[in-house]
Amino acid sequence: MAAKGAMKKKATSNSNKTNSRKKQKKEIELPNPKIQEKVVDDDISGSDVDSDVDDDMLVEQHRDDSDDSASDALSDGDQPFTDDFLQDDNVDGEKSSDSDSDSDHSDIERKSKAIDAKKEKEEKEAEAELVDNIKEQADEVTLPTPQELKEEAQGPPDLPRLQRRIKEVVRVLSNFKTLRQEGASRKDYVKQLTMDLASYYGYNDYLIEVLVEMFPAVELVELIEAFEKPRPMCLRTNTLKARRRDLAGILLNRGVNLDPLSKWSKVGLVVYDSQVPIGATPEYMAGFYMLQSASSFLPVMALAPQEKERIVDMAAAPGGKTTYVAALMKNSGVIFANEIKEKRLKSLTANLSRMGVTNTVVCNYDGRELPKVLGQNSADRVLLDAPCSGTGVISKDESVKTSKSLEDIQSCCHLQKELILAAIDMVDANSKSGGYIVYSTCSIMVAENEAVIDYALKKRDVKLVPCGLDFGRPGFINYREQRFHPSLEKTRRFYPHVHNMDGFFVAKFKKMSNSKAAPAPTTEQPEGGDEVIEPIDSVIKKKAEDKVVHHRIHESSTKEKVHRENGIAQHGKAENTFSGKKRKERKRFSREEISKSREEKRAALRTAAKGKPFSKEKKFAKEARTTK
Amino acid sequence: MRPLDEKETTQVFEKLFNFTGNNLKNIVEAPSHEGPESNPGRYCFRLNKNRVYYVSESLVKRATNVKRDKLVSLGTQIGKFTKGGAFHLTIQSLNLLAANAKHKVWLKPTAEMSFMYGNHVLKGGLGRITENINTNDGVVVFSMSDMPLGFGVAVKSTQDCRKMDPNGIVVIHRADIGEYLRMEDEL
Repeated sequence: MAAKGAMKKKATSNSNKTNSRKKQKKEIELPNPKIQEKVVDDDISGSDVDSDVDDDMLVEQHRDDSDDSASDALSDGDQPFTDDFLQDDNVDGEKSSDSDSDSDHSDIERKSKAIDAKKEKEEKEAEAELVDNIKEQADEVTLPTPQELKEEAQGPPDLPRLQRRIKEVVRVLSNFKTLRQEGASRKDYVKQLTMDLASYYGYNDYLIEVLVEMFPAVELVELIEAFEKPRPMCLRTNTLKARRRDLAGILLNRGVNLDPLSKWSKVGLVVYDSQVPIGATPEYMAGFYMLQSASSFLPVMALAPQEKERIVDMAAAPGGKTTYVAALMKNSGVIFANEIKEKRLKSLTANLSRMGVTNTVVCNYDGRELPKVLGQNSADRVLLDAPCSGTGVISKDESVKTSKSLEDIQSCCHLQKELILAAIDMVDANSKSGGYIVYSTCSIMVAENEAVIDYALKKRDVKLVPCGLDFGRPGFINYREQRFHPSLEKTRRFYPHVHNMDGFFVAKFKKMSNSKAAPAPTTEQPEGGDEVIEPIDSVIKKKAEDKVVHHRIHESSTKEKVHRENGIAQHGKAENTFSGKKRKERKRFSREEISKSREEKRAALRTAAKGKPFSKEKKFAKEARTTK
Repeated sequence: MRPLDEKETTQVFEKLFNFTGNNLKNIVEAPSHEGPESNPGRYCFRLNKNRVYYVSESLVKRATNVKRDKLVSLGTQIGKFTKGGAFHLTIQSLNLLAANAKHKVWLKPTAEMSFMYGNHVLKGGLGRITENINTNDGVVVFSMSDMPLGFGVAVKSTQDCRKMDPNGIVVIHRADIGEYLRMEDEL
């Protein structure tokens, strides 16, 4: 019984020890009304040092022996010593505390137990919460399973969730190694992003795939966001009738909030808001300005028409670019404005007459037959703002998001390739001041832009020159598996999220010669090859050589390689001139043949009609001899 | 495209003379800087699909390649022949007329918009008026900032205008620049 009691007390003393220790820590400042408690505290301070199980055993043995008071007195006096040397006294003290303040202790015990329990609980909950929080974040990063996707697809799209997921996936893709979910490849993330973007913004599958292929994730989201908002409205001062400063003053008086467009334009104004309808002011109707998007200024600035030149605008309606060209030329020279759709002709003629343009002839042909009508090699400069899929102007026309498919793009490309060849054929390479073609589209697709330029470089004797628009991004030279001519870096791309204007592409060619044959190396190469076609210019040729050496992917044999390199370096020019000479020689040869045969015929006639004096014949004979 | 014949030429010149008087000479003999030649050429009138155009000769030469039905416009259009054979001047001729006008009228700012909606000019809207206008004279209408707004036909002479009440019509509207927006399809 004693043992049991001792055990119990031991247990209690243990807990008492810990509890009271804690209590002591808490209540050090508080004055203890009871001496026993004080004793307890003092003793505990000693017992803190010797807190072993052995001590407890000792306590058990000596508990019943000693008195409280005696132990108290002893412990009070010898506190420092008791700590180090006299374990018995400590033990006594503890025992006394147990027996005397049992009731108080039990209260304290209970309270401290409760506090302990509380603390533990809180800690556990905190940990659990932490785990929960981490789990939530991780949920966004982890890709949804196919089942979850099916569930999502059944109901209407949960837009906030999609938005969050898009942001998370973009974040993961930008820091892939650290943030990726195990087992998910980059492809999976990209696929998920594609699906989310398509459903959140309303794109069809084809278009969103093309955009995903073209841009990195962060830029892609920026671009798509930019497509959602309209670009600021711009107007161009008609320099034939007004100056920008005066016009700005007049419009400000009418209540239009405007600013000069940018450093690169002297005639542009951007309109933020307006109290009067900007397209119906008396100044608009008098032809002082034209409402035009900023990107439409660019191809005309690249074209840089000079006075007294012959210009052809192959797709002119509604006439913003044509009128700009006329203004730059100050109504001199002649412009042929062509438009294939009859309905748009009205707006074209109206704009031309409104803006006071007098040097233009408007015709209604298909652009591809223009060279036949206007004559080959008859123009100084040609502007081709080609009909395109319109993927750069999604902010103006949302239907493009869903209506464009691969077939649409391919048919556009085909038409553009035909048109650009027609445009090149119309330009006179030997013109004194010109010989330039500007090709532009309001699209960002590589198939409609770089591919068409590359095709033109292969098919005709032209060379790309700098557009004069330094603030755009250079066009692609390599895009996925395609390789283009390195001079394509002179073309310019414009994006809404970078330049704050519609998606646009501009390229400027110079026609080197009027021959329709492409430069010599093309005859050796296959039709659909990715090989670079060098124009005659030797500088570009050398550059191309270097790059050709790097980009040789589809090269068939090394022998060809060596041959071609030699051919290009040494005999390229010679080949061309040689072929030219050959042609000339052939012609001369045939003429001589003809004259010879004529001579023979005359001789035959003379012998046939003997004796008759043909003075004329003699004359002819003399002439024939001299021409020989 | 063909040149005007005798009858057509007289009709056109009559109408023009109504507006320009002796300045018609300026119109016909103006040196033109259009065309790629460095020497200034002359202007001429051509007819295509019942529309009369005032074009530089060098443009005409180059436009001969274009088929008749595919040719839409040359230079400046000045007017149209109706199916009945009458000739009317259209708004596109405004620049030409304004430069050579004999009789001019300036409108107050309040009356500008009304004229540009196609209404006639009332006496109350008149700012200034040139002297020696007679009835049925062609008049070119300007705003007070010398911006041409359109043209019309005078109803009364200048002296009679002064005696009129403010709500009387002074100039009958023939064409105004608002037509570019209102009637773009019919131009």
